[in-house]
Amino acid sequence: MTVLTAAEAQVDAEEARRARALRIDGIAKWVLPLLVFVIVVIAWDRTVVWNKIPHYILPGPGLVMQTLVKDWPMLFSALLVTLQITLMALAVAVIGGVGLAILFNQSRFAEMSFYPYAVILQVTPVVSIAPLIFIYVDNRTVGLLLCAWIVAFFPILANTTLGLNSTDHNLRDMFRIYGATRWQRLRYLQLPSALPYFLGGLRIAGGLSLIGAIVAEYVAGTGGIGSGLAFRILEAGYRLNIPRMFAALLLIAASGVVIFAGLSFLSHMLLRKWHESAVKRET
Amino acid sequence: MSDLIHRAILPLGQRRKVLSLARVGKIFNGNVTALRDMSLAVHEGDFISLLGPSGCGKSTALRLIAGLSNPTAGRILWEGGQTRDDLGVVFQEPTLMPWATVAQNVYLPFRLRGKTYPQVRAEVEEALSLVGLSAFLNAYPRELSGGMKMRVSIARALVTNPRLILMDEPFAALDEITRHKLNTDLLALKSKIGCTVIFVTHSVFESVFLSDRIVVMAARPGRVIEEVLVTAPYPRNEAFRTSAEYAAHCQITSRALHAAMGEAA
Repeated sequence: MTVLTAAEAQVDAEEARRARALRIDGIAKWVLPLLVFVIVVIAWDRTVVWNKIPHYILPGPGLVMQTLVKDWPMLFSALLVTLQITLMALAVAVIGGVGLAILFNQSRFAEMSFYPYAVILQVTPVVSIAPLIFIYVDNRTVGLLLCAWIVAFFPILANTTLGLNSTDHNLRDMFRIYGATRWQRLRYLQLPSALPYFLGGLRIAGGLSLIGAIVAEYVAGTGGIGSGLAFRILEAGYRLNIPRMFAALLLIAASGVVIFAGLSFLSHMLLRKWHESAVKRET
Repeated sequence: MSDLIHRAILPLGQRRKVLSLARVGKIFNGNVTALRDMSLAVHEGDFISLLGPSGCGKSTALRLIAGLSNPTAGRILWEGGQTRDDLGVVFQEPTLMPWATVAQNVYLPFRLRGKTYPQVRAEVEEALSLVGLSAFLNAYPRELSGGMKMRVSIARALVTNPRLILMDEPFAALDEITRHKLNTDLLALKSKIGCTVIFVTHSVFESVFLSDRIVVMAARPGRVIEEVLVTAPYPRNEAFRTSAEYAAHCQITSRALHAAMGEAA
């Protein structure tokens, strides 16, 4: 009896230790990055103050925040322009990527004909194509969209194609036995199988469409009303307004994080019921 | 007792034929003979096992019957104009769609025939209650154990009340205890709904326990060596596993299988 109790106590102690470790992990996941952030900001601030670095070379974090607040109306409208291009490019990349993937999957000849060109489009750096695009495309928004799309659509195309071809072969046999049509097989078997792959591609494409939009703005270069964050950075650079460059950079980075987090959340919601990647295992 | 007397116990002449294979053969890539000269008549209520070592063509025979590939010799005849539309299939893996609930998985054969879920809800729920999973309609496959997944797979195979159910080593990947339980349940199910089954296995014990006919096959080239009739009447239960009759049939079947393998070696 005593032996049993001792064994139980040991198990309990082990359970408690594991629970504690889990709890500490949960807290550390949030606290540690915050701590690093605070240390870096303080170090930055002290470096600037102690070395008396002029603000046109390196502004302190306080000045950057002041500029962000002061220039908020201008920066925010620029952010909206950039985000608009980014999200439109992402939407077109989804439609184009998934559409092409389905076309390639349904027709081998279409795949043979066009896949190499999709790869060529992907491996050619967008900065080198963008100037040409802005020569031939009059509408600036369309030009920006086209550049961002070229960067963003390929991961969606590649991942969705892989997903459509990764259906369980027994399930494929099952569909054949029950006389499924091509459309039924696509709708009820291939598209659901491809969903986790597509969502993986989407998360990459979200970041890439922001990069594509920014790079395209740099190349397009023209300013005035309705110009995006990248142009504001260029403009501030010409005027040696370094604090504003930092403020704009901050906004771009924050947008990237928000896009990634949003797409990750979407992916989690769509897969949490059934896919391995979203399943929490009991240890 | 009378309602328990199964169609399988009726003399052969009184049961309708479902399907016959006439000297069916399959050659892959022009030179690998997977199956040669297989003839088989399947009657309503039959429980036929195809038993043999790997490479004996038992799974090939099943795929030919399912219409997943075409024979290179001989003919497969469905009696009464029945086609493979009237089939249920259970593979070695449960082969469930992970993104769909248990009920949606069982609904699949109907969905592919253009039926809406409300039209067939009763059938889906009945099939799941037959395999004892009524409480799991809205569960996802990953929440189920291996044995339960296989039960869902069986429910899907019989939900359309097909004339013939094909099973390709369905319990091979399960542990022994679960396998025995599912064997017993499968027989109970069969006597309840009177389905016709062709069952591929490499287990002598499983084939004797389940079937009334065992087709023993040999490899290289895949062919039928012998048919063993298991005369023990249905219903059979766990007690049958320890009976002398069972042991005797296992011995006969084992001997036939060894002869088949000896010949192949």
